[in-house]
Amino acid sequence: MLYDVLISPFTEFEFMRRALAGIIALALGGAPIGVFLMLRRMSLVGDAMAHAILPGAAIGFLISGLNLFAMTFGGLIAGFAVAILSGIVARTTELKEDASLATFYLVSLALGVTIVSMRGTNIDLLHVLFGNILALDDQTLLVIAFNATITLLVMAVIYRPLVIECVDPVFLRTVSRSGAPTHLVFLALVVVNLVNGFHALGTLLAVGLMILPAGIARFWSRDISGMIAIAVASAMVSGYAGLVLSFQTKVPSGPAIILVAALLYVFSVLFGNVSGLVRQLFPGRHLEA
Amino acid sequence: MSAHLTFRDVTLGYDRHPAVHHLSGEVAPGALVALVGPNGAGKSTLFRGIVGMLKPLAGSISLGGLDARDIAYLPQSVDIDRSFPISVFDFVATGLWRSSGLFGGIGKQRQAKVLAALAAVGLNGFERRTIGTLSGGQMQRMLFARVLLQDARLIVLDEPFNAIDAKTSADLLKLVKHWHAEQRTVLAALHDMDLVRANFPETVLLAREPVAWGATAQVLTSDNLLVARRMCEAFDDSAALCAADHAPARAA
Repeated sequence: MLYDVLISPFTEFEFMRRALAGIIALALGGAPIGVFLMLRRMSLVGDAMAHAILPGAAIGFLISGLNLFAMTFGGLIAGFAVAILSGIVARTTELKEDASLATFYLVSLALGVTIVSMRGTNIDLLHVLFGNILALDDQTLLVIAFNATITLLVMAVIYRPLVIECVDPVFLRTVSRSGAPTHLVFLALVVVNLVNGFHALGTLLAVGLMILPAGIARFWSRDISGMIAIAVASAMVSGYAGLVLSFQTKVPSGPAIILVAALLYVFSVLFGNVSGLVRQLFPGRHLEA
Repeated sequence: MSAHLTFRDVTLGYDRHPAVHHLSGEVAPGALVALVGPNGAGKSTLFRGIVGMLKPLAGSISLGGLDARDIAYLPQSVDIDRSFPISVFDFVATGLWRSSGLFGGIGKQRQAKVLAALAAVGLNGFERRTIGTLSGGQMQRMLFARVLLQDARLIVLDEPFNAIDAKTSADLLKLVKHWHAEQRTVLAALHDMDLVRANFPETVLLAREPVAWGATAQVLTSDNLLVARRMCEAFDDSAALCAADHAPARAA
C-alpha cells in the first residue's frame, strides 16, 4: 500500500523517474545559491531576476518555437545583462543593489513585452511561465544536470571570498580584489539556476526551490555548511514529496513541489531548534554559565 | 631606510570637498604614530586613502613598495554582518588570506596559529561561538586577533579603543606595543590624549588641515589643540576652487 503510493510511481513510469532526477539536480545546484541569497538579504533579488529572464526566454521562443536551447540561451542573456548591468551600477555609484536591479529588471520586462507584442503572435507561454517537470526530455535533463554541476564547481571556487564578502566586505576589499568578480560570478550562478529551474517549475516558481529551502535551513542550523546541507536535503524532500502529491492528486507538479516546501517551512518556523517559535515560548530553565 | 608612507600634498575628500587638506609628511618604517583630531577632522578619510579605498582629489600617497596585502586595516565602524552564521574561529582565520588565498587549506599549522591569535587576545574557548553572540569588547578583541594573523607590515587602526572597557583596551594596547616592538608600522586614530602621551612617540594632529606633526609632546600642546578645536566641520557648498599653488600647509 505504502509502496504503491510512494515508490511505484517511479518504478512504473519513466517520466516520473526523469522528473525525480531533474528535481534532485535542481536541488543540488539551487539550494546552496538560495542560502547565500538569503544570507545576503537578496531573496527578493532572486525573484526579480526570475522576472528578468522571462522576456529573454520569450524572445527565444518567438524566434525558434519551443526550442530548448533558444529559450535557455535567451533567458541566460537577459538574466546576465540585467545582473551584470545592475551589479556594475551598484558597485560604481551610490545607488544600492536593490534599486538598480529593480530598474533593470523592469526595463527588461518592458522590452520583452514590447518585442512580443510587435510580432503580434498569440503565443502559448504557459510552458515558460509554469514549466512542466513531468515532460522533461533527455536533452532538458542533461542541460539541468550540466548546469547544476557547473554551479557546484564554481561555488567551490568562489566559496571563500563569497563568505568573506558576505560577512565583512570591507575586509575583503583590503586584502584582495576578488570581491567584485566574486559578486558578479555569484549573480551569474543565480541566473543559471533560475534558467535551470524554469524548465521544470517555470520562471515564476523557479526561485521557490532556491529560497524556501534556504529559509527552512535557517531554522535548523547555526553554521553555514549545516545550512547548505539542510537546504539541499529539504529541497530534495520537497521535490520528491511534491511529485508524489502531484501524481496522486493531479495537482500540477510545480505548485505541488513548492507547496510541500511551504509546509516544511511552516513546520520549521514553529518547531525549528534555532529561533523556532515553540522553542522561543518554552526555552527551558536558564543555565549556570 | 626610506619611508614606508609618504604623503605628498594630499587632499582627500568627497564630492570635491576636502576632508583632509594639503597633507604632506612621511611615516618611517616601524613608527608608532597616533592620529589625533576632533570628530570630522578627516582621520578616517586619511586611513581610507592609505588603504586605497578613496582616491586622493590631489597629491599622492606612496606606500613605499608595500602591497595592499601588506596593510592590515581595522575600520572604525566595521561593516560586519553579525547575523552571518560564521564561527569566531573561521572569522579570525580569514586573516590568513595572504598566505592561504582562495584555496589554501587550514591545516594543523595554521589552526595552531589561529588558536594562538585567539589566545593572545584572551578569547580562548570562543572558537565555536558564532560572531553574533559576542559583546562589543569581545568583537574588538576578535578583530585584533584577525589583524594579528594578517602579519602586515603596516597596521592601520581607526579608533580601536572606542566604547571598550579599560581592561580590554589595556590588553589591546599591549598588542599594539608588541607590534611596534616587532618593527611593524602602526597608525592609530585616537581620542584619549593621556593614552597617546603615554604610549605613542609620534603624533599627527589633524583638523582637516594638518595642524602639527612630530614628537607627541611637541604636538599635543594646548595651543595646537585649541587650533584643532576651532576647525569648521561643515562643507561650504559655494566654496571657491582651492588655489592650486597653495603652499603645502604643513606646520611643524
